[in-house]
Amino acid sequence: MIRLRLERRLDPPGYLSWVVPVVSVVLALVASGLLLLAFGANPIETYAAMWDGAFGDIFGGEFYSVSETLVRATPLILTGLAVAVAFKMKFWNIGAEGQLVMGGIAASGVALFLPEAAPGIPQNLVVYGLLMGGAAILAGALWALIPALLKAYLNVSEIIVTLMLNYIAILWYSQLFTTSWKDPAGFGFPGSALFPEYTWLPRFFNTRVNLAIFIGLLAAVFVWVLLSKTRAGYEIRLLGDNPEAARFAGVSMFRNIILVMLVSGGLAGLAGMGEVAGISHKLQQGLSANNGFTAIIVAWVAKLQPWAIVLVSILLAAVFVGGDQIQMTMGLPASVAQVVQGIMLFFVLGGDIFSRYRIRVVRQHVEAPA
Amino acid sequence: MTVDPEVGEVAVAIRGLTKRFPGVLANENVDLTVRRGEIHALLGENGAGKSTLMSCLVGLYRPTEGHIELATGGEPLHRVEIHSPRDAIRLGIGMVYQHFKLVPNQTVAENVILGVEGVGFVPNMKKIEAEVAALGERFGLKVDPTAEIWQLSVGLLQRVEILKLLYRGAEILILDEPTAVLTPQESAELGVTLRHLADDGRAVIFISHKLDEVLAFSDRVTVLRGGRNVATIDTKDADKAGLAKLMVGREVLFDSDREDHDAGAVVLNCENVSASDSRGLPAVAGVSFEVHSGEILGVAGVAGNGQFELAECITGLRSLTGGRIYLHGDDVTGMSPRGFIRRGVSHVPADRLGMGLAGGLPLTDNFIMKRYKSAPISKGRFLRKRAISTLSDEYIKKFAVSTPSSSTPARNLSGGNQQKAILAREIDAGAKSGLTPLIVAAYPTRGLDVGAIEAVREALLAERLRGSAIILISEDLDELLVLSDRVMVLHGGENMGVVDADQATKERVGLMMAGEAVHQ
Repeated sequence: MIRLRLERRLDPPGYLSWVVPVVSVVLALVASGLLLLAFGANPIETYAAMWDGAFGDIFGGEFYSVSETLVRATPLILTGLAVAVAFKMKFWNIGAEGQLVMGGIAASGVALFLPEAAPGIPQNLVVYGLLMGGAAILAGALWALIPALLKAYLNVSEIIVTLMLNYIAILWYSQLFTTSWKDPAGFGFPGSALFPEYTWLPRFFNTRVNLAIFIGLLAAVFVWVLLSKTRAGYEIRLLGDNPEAARFAGVSMFRNIILVMLVSGGLAGLAGMGEVAGISHKLQQGLSANNGFTAIIVAWVAKLQPWAIVLVSILLAAVFVGGDQIQMTMGLPASVAQVVQGIMLFFVLGGDIFSRYRIRVVRQHVEAPA
Repeated sequence: MTVDPEVGEVAVAIRGLTKRFPGVLANENVDLTVRRGEIHALLGENGAGKSTLMSCLVGLYRPTEGHIELATGGEPLHRVEIHSPRDAIRLGIGMVYQHFKLVPNQTVAENVILGVEGVGFVPNMKKIEAEVAALGERFGLKVDPTAEIWQLSVGLLQRVEILKLLYRGAEILILDEPTAVLTPQESAELGVTLRHLADDGRAVIFISHKLDEVLAFSDRVTVLRGGRNVATIDTKDADKAGLAKLMVGREVLFDSDREDHDAGAVVLNCENVSASDSRGLPAVAGVSFEVHSGEILGVAGVAGNGQFELAECITGLRSLTGGRIYLHGDDVTGMSPRGFIRRGVSHVPADRLGMGLAGGLPLTDNFIMKRYKSAPISKGRFLRKRAISTLSDEYIKKFAVSTPSSSTPARNLSGGNQQKAILAREIDAGAKSGLTPLIVAAYPTRGLDVGAIEAVREALLAERLRGSAIILISEDLDELLVLSDRVMVLHGGENMGVVDADQATKERVGLMMAGEAVHQ
């Protein structure tokens, strides 16, 4: 009789950290290929179309496709970092989506109403960029402060509170762009008025890639320094690994929950600002695009490492953008593209087990007594 | 087939077992036979390969070389392959781990049947409870089968673990350092139970590094050192010094030298300190005492009589329900743990990985726990990598912490090395406070091997000579009487009196532990 057994690797070799993901992706391509065949699509052509959608003729000096991938990656980087900071402390912030939306609302509010309310403020990008960014950070942070305070004072589960606050934020934002903040001159279409042009984040090379991606990269540097170089980061790591040891060392759980959630919510809020000020230039449908939830996958696949979060965000964005492409050029139903995306995630996340465990084939042999 | 009417039939034979981990040879060509009807002690220092050897026997690890032969379930001795704990149970091998594996909010009977096949989808609990009670009766393992696990004391939890094995029909029982968590009385009871089990024709293997117990309980002893079987001898032919020498590979001194010197000023003064345990029940009831500079105050008591809570009170980790605490004459009642740390209080907690260390973080992170807020470890809000690595190297060298590197996760060290790491950190933290340190050491030698115990004791005595005030909480009366200047006895959370260690006898302290107050 032959059985398979998982055995924990005591000392996982370093090369596994790249071999496993690469093999996972290859296997995912094979598995998706079978699915595509079943749909009558040529897998090779489909993957070529995906590549074309995500990266295009990047080596031939054509950057449109890859720019869309970077645009898609930007909010993932910021929200991925946001949840990673909280997860490092084992504080399960699954409310990045709501915090992003609140940031978007706050930035929109500044862009839409401040010029009229306070005409004295210089109307240029630097001032308004800072104001909108500040408002977005503040809004995201305050939204995250609610679960933080409930956890710190009353030990209320942050999972439930952050999750539910997402829906409140999303519904409020829907109400705003369909009703309260709807553009009266918008021919009845949902969406706010266009922001004044000086509030738009500058774009590069005629693409939609804008300043927000640099904010994301800066945020990655910030989170990396915070977690690995500072006292605060040390306290967060200690609390995440063993809260009792942290208490023993005189670390305040209370203070750190609040600090971490302010940072986490603030980063997610910035993602919302990037979306409204960099892409849509108004408050409209599509701000809440599940980035805050996808961020959880990003953070886990990246093992909470800031640099890996940047990389994983871009790769995941490529899968999303490429998925959109195969709907268009291959005429495949949207659901097939999503299934292909799902298979990729499934393999990459599932493959992780092989970097921690090895598979052993064991033969059970029953021997006669000696 | 070895059936000797005198010594009984072989139940399990390990033949030439070698277990290699990456970079570590845990067991090397070990032979071991255990007979039915005997209590076989497996003696060795931490890291000697006792646990690895037993893990191979219960299917947690697979031997690299060698094999195992079993004679259970009425079959003659034959070679077996054990792939998992489930296989082991099926073959009649069961193990009681040091850390109990019980579900706190289920009853004893429910825990006993957990994972047992053939109890049915809706188990007949009445019948099972009766069976568990009967098993308990038969082997002197009385526990109420309907009690929930969280209600039980550690001693009773251990009985439940043993009952679990018996219910599964284990013929070979392995106990991993079973007395580490027990009071002397409970240990004695355990000894009786083990004898019952052996007399019933079962084989009992009991892992220990406490020589007294090994001599008291076992029929034969196998000593492991450096992963190898250095000797298997009949207990009646063994003595303490001989076993210690086999175990450590050199002569061991059992009496630590406590030099006479005069105690100094009062460092800690507790007045009528009261506190509750985690469940809100009174645990410390109006305890008053003083500790002086240069003195070790031992705290004796049966486990669960308030020692643990008292340690937390005087380190600022637990809030008082009454009374006051003074450090160097200042009232520190109600201060945060950080306030206590700043006033020179260090703490070697009872639960190393539970509180003393962050197991998943590298040693460096664990070393700086008490000092990360001040120079040179940090500068402003930033940590200084160079200073941290200097500090780590210093601790590792000074306390001979054996570790592959300072970036190894604390969890991967042996118990003794974890304890040395904690001691290094705590002693240094106290010294850096600028005040006379108060070191609260709770069970600092629990679960350690002889070599590590020596190191810990020497470190505490050296601190005493340097003028630190030390509170030593221990379950080991011999240790308390040897190390302490004075011994305070707790019973039911109350101070039964403080006696001079030089004049105290084990019997007298034992009576106080049982609740007899003595006032000097």
